[in-house]
Amino acid sequence: MTTAEKYVTAAYCVVFGLVLLYVVIIALKVQRMEREVDELRKRSDG
Amino acid sequence: MRISLPQLAVLSFVLVSTALALVFFVAPTDADQGFSQRIFYFHVSIAFTAYLCFGVGAWKALQHLWKRAPNADLESYVAVHQGVIFGSLVLLTGSIWAKISWGHWWVWSENQLVLFLVLFLFYAAYFMLRFSVDPGPQRANLSAVYALFGVVLVPVSFLAIRLSQSLIHPQVFTRHGPNFGGWILVTYVVSQVAVLVLAYTLYRVELAGKRLDARIRELRLA
Repeated sequence: MTTAEKYVTAAYCVVFGLVLLYVVIIALKVQRMEREVDELRKRSDG
Repeated sequence: MRISLPQLAVLSFVLVSTALALVFFVAPTDADQGFSQRIFYFHVSIAFTAYLCFGVGAWKALQHLWKRAPNADLESYVAVHQGVIFGSLVLLTGSIWAKISWGHWWVWSENQLVLFLVLFLFYAAYFMLRFSVDPGPQRANLSAVYALFGVVLVPVSFLAIRLSQSLIHPQVFTRHGPNFGGWILVTYVVSQVAVLVLAYTLYRVELAGKRLDARIRELRLA
């Protein structure tokens, strides 16, 4: 692998990595909201 | 017709995959810059997408201030957030490209680079302003005014390369259109569409999450 190929691969990995990190953060937030909805449901049932 | 989120996600995946296949397997190697020119396709597409996100953020801010449109404040905030995410990608991919092409991670004498950094930092400070004020009309108004002021920097940043006399940063878009054609143009157009659809998908996902979060808070207070 040449130096240019390594740099280009790094650039695209950075793009992929940051988008993936964003999706993980959103997924964690959705999980938190699901827990909160469950808690609210239990409160309304009780 | 409004496309659903799962449809958008699939469309993003297909377009980004197609763009990557074109970038690495179809687009010819640039005679001048060689293999490293392949960063161009996503770097430039992401830059235009960041500009668009800041533009949408300002437009929604204007709607909030002018017409008091419901949700406009939240939509402006999410658009600016997307703009900062894509802006950081522009700086990161640009630095990598600069290192391989110019031998430096950053060149302070380049107006285009410095103005984009100023634009990025201006919008990064948007969040400091927004979260230093308690939620409510005052926060929404201050954020909207700030987002509107920032959009002035977008055309300045875009035109800086034309105003600059330096020839380090390449000019690929001129008054007569792009100075490339064939598969390079096709690959760029597909990459641009792919990044725009990806940004729109992420915008919709984040907006849906924020709206849901707001509803849960309302239910908690009820």
